[in-house]
Amino acid sequence: MSFIDIRNLKKSFGTNTVVHDFSLSIEKGEFVSFLGPSGCGKTTILRMIAGFELASSGSITIGGKDVTYLPPAKRNVGMVFQAYALFPNLTVAENIGFGLKIAGASQSDINTRVSEMLDMIKLPHLKDRYPYQMSGGQQQRVALARAIAVRPQVLLLDEPLSALDAKIRVSLREEIRALQRQLGITTVFVTHDQEEALSISDRIVVMYEGRANQVGAPFEIYNNPKTRFVASFVGTLNIFEAKITDRARGAVSIDGQTVVTSRDLGDLGNGDTATVALRPEAVRLGTPVEGRNSLAGTIGEVAFLGAVIRIEVKLGESVVSLDIFNDPGLHLPKIGDQATVVFKPEDVLVIDPT
Amino acid sequence: MKQNRIGHWIAIILGSLYFVVPLIGTFEFSLRKLRGVYSFEAYRVVLGDPAFQASFLYSVGLACLTIIIGLLLIVPTAYWVQLRLKRLQPFVEFVTLLPLVVPAIVLVFGYLRLYNSSSWLPLTATARGTDILLTFGYVTLALPYMYRSVETGLKSIDVRTLTEAAESLGAGPATILVRIILPNIRSAILSGAFLTFAIVIGEFTFASLLNRPAFGPYLQLIGANRAYEPAALTIMSFAITWACMGIIQVVSRNRAAMRK
Amino acid sequence: MAAQAQAASKPVQGGIPWAWVGVTPFLLFAILFLILPTLFLVVGAFQDPDGNLTLANIGDLFTPSILSAYWISIKVSLASGLTGAIFGAFMAYAAIGGGLPNWIKPTLMTFSGVASNFAGVPLAFAFLATLGRQGLVTLFLMNVFGLNIYAQGFNILTFWGLTITYLYFQIPLMVLIFTPAIEGLRKEWREAATILGASNWQYWRHVAGPVLMPSFLGAALLLFANSFGAIATAYALTGSSLNIVTILLYAQIRGDVLHNQNLGYAIALGMIVITGLSNLAYIWLRIRSERWLK
Repeated sequence: MSFIDIRNLKKSFGTNTVVHDFSLSIEKGEFVSFLGPSGCGKTTILRMIAGFELASSGSITIGGKDVTYLPPAKRNVGMVFQAYALFPNLTVAENIGFGLKIAGASQSDINTRVSEMLDMIKLPHLKDRYPYQMSGGQQQRVALARAIAVRPQVLLLDEPLSALDAKIRVSLREEIRALQRQLGITTVFVTHDQEEALSISDRIVVMYEGRANQVGAPFEIYNNPKTRFVASFVGTLNIFEAKITDRARGAVSIDGQTVVTSRDLGDLGNGDTATVALRPEAVRLGTPVEGRNSLAGTIGEVAFLGAVIRIEVKLGESVVSLDIFNDPGLHLPKIGDQATVVFKPEDVLVIDPT
Repeated sequence: MKQNRIGHWIAIILGSLYFVVPLIGTFEFSLRKLRGVYSFEAYRVVLGDPAFQASFLYSVGLACLTIIIGLLLIVPTAYWVQLRLKRLQPFVEFVTLLPLVVPAIVLVFGYLRLYNSSSWLPLTATARGTDILLTFGYVTLALPYMYRSVETGLKSIDVRTLTEAAESLGAGPATILVRIILPNIRSAILSGAFLTFAIVIGEFTFASLLNRPAFGPYLQLIGANRAYEPAALTIMSFAITWACMGIIQVVSRNRAAMRK
Repeated sequence: MAAQAQAASKPVQGGIPWAWVGVTPFLLFAILFLILPTLFLVVGAFQDPDGNLTLANIGDLFTPSILSAYWISIKVSLASGLTGAIFGAFMAYAAIGGGLPNWIKPTLMTFSGVASNFAGVPLAFAFLATLGRQGLVTLFLMNVFGLNIYAQGFNILTFWGLTITYLYFQIPLMVLIFTPAIEGLRKEWREAATILGASNWQYWRHVAGPVLMPSFLGAALLLFANSFGAIATAYALTGSSLNIVTILLYAQIRGDVLHNQNLGYAIALGMIVITGLSNLAYIWLRIRSERWLK
């Protein structure tokens, strides 16, 4: 049996149902992310695990114990909030030691644990500072230490990086991941940032309108999105409505040009419309090659983004975006130039149109 | 959670009782002028009293004058302090807080000594002069509220960008203030104005010690000599204060709606 | 920041420094009608009638009748300030803390705006009509419960009467000042405390209480200063029968009851010192709490 077991969880506020029949098992020591746009129900599920919201129906089990209706204080979970939520009247050390003090630990035990935590987050010199005297990144690390200090069985992270600057966001997320590995603590992480979820998680749950759209490892989610929503939310995708011309061969027609996919077309038949998708990084500019797809068009836009250059190629009605790596020796195409885009049959993803 | 909510209800209900009962008591009392029946006789007597009409009109006039002078002094100051004279801010803040520190009675004491008939600026020598002194006194009383109101209004708009945009289109300082800044902080100004009106209309200390026939001293005089009329006057004063605050509410709600 | 302010303060188009032209009337007004009158009294407090420097006026403040006037003023202000602060804080928290219908809060705020400005003469009348010898509540208690509060020693014209009357504007003022502080309490603090195992009481004892304390004390000080300088309500209520310092000063200004103008200045100075100190402490506490509640 898995460590956290969420079964048929449902949550409604009045007539508005925000979580529909949600089930998920999380293994001990696993790092699971809930990814989705705001209002998709990801935070509500996290808050039900924490005990701040009570489920309308369904159950949550942690470590074999049913906690569905247990008050938050009894669940032994740690939580880090988006806006730090450090107690403004307490110093860093007092914040970190708060849970231990409440639990009635002796002052010497508290001191030992607090300095252990301060070393862990590499801020021992800020022990006597107050929250308002620290940067956001420092505050969030203290919040993390405060949550971990009581040795919770589960760590809940509610968009802990969203309020931070881009650079700190990346370094702190790496730190969180390293800590989590080191401590082996089961962690649930909520975010709306796909890059964050991809880089940090063992598994990702992509949420949409109160339901899990797809659950899988980052590599799986990125490369094999099952639905149009997952495909467009995770990374950038070219999406086309393509008419199936020869199902046996996997041939479909995009704006009158034929493309072959090696992916399963499901129960669609000839003449049906399939939704197919192409990652920009899977597409190259070049000349037609045997065994690969090629489409002819004209250059519509060339955007220099730094490490990559995004080029849009117009094919009649539709547009293909493709990414090439920057190179000082590169001759960039000009807008209006004739161009051919080339890509492999296995890169033509077939996705659920919803 | 449940018993918590009951505590909240108790606090609100007890509080409401404390605030409503005196009003009911006063209102009931004001209706008892005619023996044995409830009537608005006390109100009729008060409204028909020429001294009431004179003192009320006098105070309304003073209040309007106070608002105009106060705004003329405060709006340009708050605008320029925010825009160009940031270093004056501590001083201006100190000045606007001063009326909260120096009680009105102390201030008027100072006026009486400084501007008496044998001083360098004998404002109290004539009735007109005393009226001017009284008006300025009221401006100081209203200063903390009016300044804060205007300042909040200015902070809620981007004064610098608006000014620079107007300057780049060739507008002069007066045009900018009157045609750009004022319309944008209109609701803040109205809030300050009505608050000032509520403060000035029944003010007692200044008017009494400067010996001017204002509404406040009239109230006090009636209170010392009549039984039912003071109650009627109290209800009327409360209604005036309520009207001022109600208008402020409506005005600031409109502002909030406009921002959306 | 300083450099920016410096650069910005230079007149843009050379010529007339409009900014200074704009603030001059205000500065002149402040000097003439706020600073000079106050300074005049402050300096006068240290002079004898002939203009020589002396500390005698300050020493004369320490005569029994003047001391007792200060003392009663301080007592009324302390009582109405503290009680007002406590009840106001409860009402503000009750209205905001949740559980009550949504219309309660705006109604309370509007009413507080009205009641906190409803001071002076009319307020005194209202309480005479309520708790005076023939007041509604007095008669109600007598007729319904057989309780004669005047026989029990209550009198609206005394210390307690004045305090109860002052509460009518003190409580609403507290509601207005304290509401932002309560709204500054973040929901996450309670959640963080709860999930770390704290009970409701522990949350209040270790987090919410200490966080609100500076705002609470600051507001109580402001309430103190507010009632310390008040006179109209007390004068209309008690005439000159209650010896508080504002009434003493009023009598002095009207009729020179102390036979020494400079002693009057010293009384005024004493009042400025007391309200000034409480305002300073208020500002200090407010800065402290804003740091937390941002």
